[in-house]
Amino acid sequence: MFRTALRNVLAHKARLLMTVLAVLLGVAFVSGTLVFTSTVSDAYQKSSQKGFTGIDVAITPHRAKGEDRQPGDIPNLSQALLDKAAKVPGAASVSGSVHGFAGIADKDGKLLGEGFNSTGSNYYPGSNGQDARYPMKSGRAPRAPGEVALDQRTADRGGFKLGDTIRMSVSGPVLSQKLTGIFTTDDGNVAAGGSLALFDTRTAQQLYTKPGEFSEIDVKAAPGTSQDALKAELDKLLPKDAQTTTGKKLADDQAKAIADGSSTMRTVMLVFAGIALFVGIFIIANTFTMLIAQRTKELALMRAVGASRRQITRSVLIEAFVVGAVAGVTGLLAGIGIGAGLRALLNNTGAVVPDGPLVISPSTVVTSLAVGILVTMLAAWLPGRRAAKIPPVAAMNSVHAVATTRSLVVRNSIGGVLAAAGAALTITAGSKSMLGLGAGLLLIGVFVLTPLLSRPLIAAAAPLLRVFGISGKLARQNAVRNPRRTAATASALMIGLTLITGLTVIAGSVQSAIDKLATDALRADYVVSMAGEGGGMGLSPEVDKKLAALPEVTASSPLRSTEARVGSDLHSLTGVNGDSFAKLTKLHFVSGSDQLTGRQAIVDDHTAKDFGWKLGSSVNVTFQDGKRDKLTITGLFDGNRMIRGIMVDNSVVTPHMSEVRDMQVMVKTKSGTSEATKRSLTKALGDNPAIQIQDKNDISNAIAQGINLLLNVLYALLAMAVIVAVLGVVNTLAMSVFERQQEIGMLRAIGLDRKGIKRMVRLESLVISLFGGVLGIGLGVFFGWAAGEQIKGGLATYELVLPWGRMGIFLLLAGLVGMLAALWPARRAARMNMLSAIKAD
Amino acid sequence: MTTSPSGAQTAVRTSAPAARATDLTKVYGQGETQVVALDAVSVEFHRAEFTAIMGPSGSGKSTLMHCMAGLDSVSSGSARIGDIELTSLNDKKLTKLRRDKIGFIFQAFNLLPTLNALENITLPMDIAGRKPDAKWLETVVETVGLSGRLKHRPNQLSGGQQQRVAVARALAGRPEIMFADEPTGNLDSRSGAEVLGFLRNSVRELGQTVVMVTHDPVAASYADRVVFLADGRIVDEMRQPTAEAVLDRMKRFDAKGRTS
Repeated sequence: MFRTALRNVLAHKARLLMTVLAVLLGVAFVSGTLVFTSTVSDAYQKSSQKGFTGIDVAITPHRAKGEDRQPGDIPNLSQALLDKAAKVPGAASVSGSVHGFAGIADKDGKLLGEGFNSTGSNYYPGSNGQDARYPMKSGRAPRAPGEVALDQRTADRGGFKLGDTIRMSVSGPVLSQKLTGIFTTDDGNVAAGGSLALFDTRTAQQLYTKPGEFSEIDVKAAPGTSQDALKAELDKLLPKDAQTTTGKKLADDQAKAIADGSSTMRTVMLVFAGIALFVGIFIIANTFTMLIAQRTKELALMRAVGASRRQITRSVLIEAFVVGAVAGVTGLLAGIGIGAGLRALLNNTGAVVPDGPLVISPSTVVTSLAVGILVTMLAAWLPGRRAAKIPPVAAMNSVHAVATTRSLVVRNSIGGVLAAAGAALTITAGSKSMLGLGAGLLLIGVFVLTPLLSRPLIAAAAPLLRVFGISGKLARQNAVRNPRRTAATASALMIGLTLITGLTVIAGSVQSAIDKLATDALRADYVVSMAGEGGGMGLSPEVDKKLAALPEVTASSPLRSTEARVGSDLHSLTGVNGDSFAKLTKLHFVSGSDQLTGRQAIVDDHTAKDFGWKLGSSVNVTFQDGKRDKLTITGLFDGNRMIRGIMVDNSVVTPHMSEVRDMQVMVKTKSGTSEATKRSLTKALGDNPAIQIQDKNDISNAIAQGINLLLNVLYALLAMAVIVAVLGVVNTLAMSVFERQQEIGMLRAIGLDRKGIKRMVRLESLVISLFGGVLGIGLGVFFGWAAGEQIKGGLATYELVLPWGRMGIFLLLAGLVGMLAALWPARRAARMNMLSAIKAD
Repeated sequence: MTTSPSGAQTAVRTSAPAARATDLTKVYGQGETQVVALDAVSVEFHRAEFTAIMGPSGSGKSTLMHCMAGLDSVSSGSARIGDIELTSLNDKKLTKLRRDKIGFIFQAFNLLPTLNALENITLPMDIAGRKPDAKWLETVVETVGLSGRLKHRPNQLSGGQQQRVAVARALAGRPEIMFADEPTGNLDSRSGAEVLGFLRNSVRELGQTVVMVTHDPVAASYADRVVFLADGRIVDEMRQPTAEAVLDRMKRFDAKGRTS
């Protein structure tokens, strides 16, 4: 039996090629994902462990929790603690570090790396005058307030040389620092592509903490002292707002975080690989069904000479095993290539992956092979069973006994029930899991129903096809000739397009909803804030002052956030300019008004509900400095993403703040938004690279950019499923052409030219692809709508936005898929030898 | 064939032939494996005449038909349909010629299963994008006796009926010449006789020209003329054949085959 199966595989090499390709692609995706993620996480782990080699015990501030916490308490570590730590028995050396955001401007004044992972820290020279963490590659360490050192990669990226003046921003005005040194480091952030700027300790403390205060103290153990022993010694002198961690634990924690991060990525990518493989199943099943139909006589003969049903099924499965194994091995090899390629690609896009060997674990190899073989055998199982049912007498029939076209009644009934249940569940779904279940059921229901749907939907295309004369007519009829096959082919394409359309609909709708939230309530022309990760630092109050002083600015207000104890909880208060707030926002007031003076507060209705406040309620607050005050609620508004919580006038909160930081400054100008206005605002703020000035459009674009990036990644991942579907269409067409040799020969003989034959095959392909496309887009819109109903609960401004343009593109894409898939089969059909085709068999 | 109205026939025969082969040679393969299928064959097929091509297997009768019908290329010599030289035509023009001037009937019927009888009959005209001549179509359909079955699909028709659809398809475009390749090969004798009757009627009553390849002496007896082929050459010709005469002639091939 094995030999027969093997011979069959060899005999149908060409026809099995597409099947192998389909499985291969899926397996390559799986193994590529596994290789890539394990390589990257391995590299990160190694690099992060290197980063912790200089630390045996780290002392970090410890934030009190719950009742003990005081508003505004951000503990730091004192110089005194550092001095004490240095004297602890077993401590060899001690270094204190301070860190925070440091945006660096490139030569054009733009923020390097758009502000992501832009860190500033201090150079802490040890007893030998060197900081072991940051070996200088050239130049010397910063010593004075106007000096800075940069990591090698950042210096290269910005094209900076020693002695250059580096414009940078921490939170306040622009700093102009002289580049004195370039260093290399194992710092994890830098390894991941971030930038690191080093100041001398005093300057760093001024910028990030307070003179004489550190945000972390690292202690190195003397030889012979264990990390735990050192930790125990240090614990004795710790103040209550600090904690110690051993270097090993830090490394372990980081390793675990990296592993978690990469496992999430792996899961996501494997889901998409799974989709591609699932699509592949349709193609495999289709191929084997057709191969078996062609071999009916042969199989019947085997049955007639004594092969059992089980043996027939087994021979088909062995065939599938061989195909799966070939695909698995080649897929694994391709996957290793993909893994290596992905890393190179990632390095090119700026996100830097630390160097390391390509990791191909045994589990990757086993998984890839198993997936390839199992998927293929699973898909071939049903056709195999069908093969076993061929009666031995079929061998005797002179007429080629094509399996009787079984009625679709049972299939349609099952499909109808599944689809109806799925649709009902999707529409009425109360939770995400119910929605998922409903969507799954509906999708399966539609699969089962595709043969039924193919007739009316393809018939609907008749008027269009009529333009192409007889070729169009024949194409349409050929497309519905074998509804099961057409359905399986179209379904493969449908899955990909359903997901793509669904995601596009959801993303588009969410984007417009967020957009509305962000900009609808805004009357200001510009919103000024820190760029990138600097957002967490906030703006210095100077920014608001400078802007307010400009002649073209008619109104401005900072959003000044501060913590206060409200009732029994800590809550943040937002300080605004009470007299200009109403000019800058367009909030919808449920009750009360937007006028804000003195000890008044306006609150969004959610917060009010949480606290049980009403218009006129009076609220006791305790500020950071321990002073108390009483506020009266004078307005309740519909909150949004940008403006929510408790808003009070700045005159109430500012006096109690030890350090004033503004999250944003809203600005209204005389002439509205214009390039000139923006330029003068930028100039007034000293061309600070870390400060962004956005009008409503910029804010919308920033939101759109984030969502588009995500969508593009998802498109790229789903493209795999579409490629597999293309192979399916190619396969089906090649089989159809092969089966209809005689017809095609006759058509050629009675006068249909090659062009006409090609057109016929191409149109058939187009019809099948568009059928899959229309189904997929339709289902995608439905799922997008259904998911939107869930999202609506959490996002009040959510409205279904149908991306007509993109849907049109997807339909075109489906058409393109059809045209591409038909290239080869159409050529083959047109070149077919007429004489051998029409010869009677 | 005593019933044939011979007067009308002779009148037409004087005009130019519907198809003519001159020194037609067809060689397959090269060098050692070379096979000469047709060896400088010259033959004329007259208008409004029913010609049968006969010969033992391998004699080149099918090749001759394929070359004359523009289905196969010619190694040397000339093949003409009317006054069109086939050897000078490219594939596109040949296809057009087959579509507009030639009708085909195959042994395996070769109907499209997705089209009904009427659609199959008008297929060549649909390909050409022409409207069928309704009156002629009616005549043809009546001649082959398919009036009640035009909406049936091929799988709802018997073999004889299917071949009658094929005959109607060949006739529907009013071709200059019809080629039939063993048209009764897949039919029982009664259906075969019917189909042959239609072919003869189409010549007698509709003035068509038919060339038929067959190895069945009974089928050949329906023709006005039989051309015998052996080893790629025309070896004999018979007018007003009877089944017995054709059978006797064929037996001589067999005898020769056995003795040589």
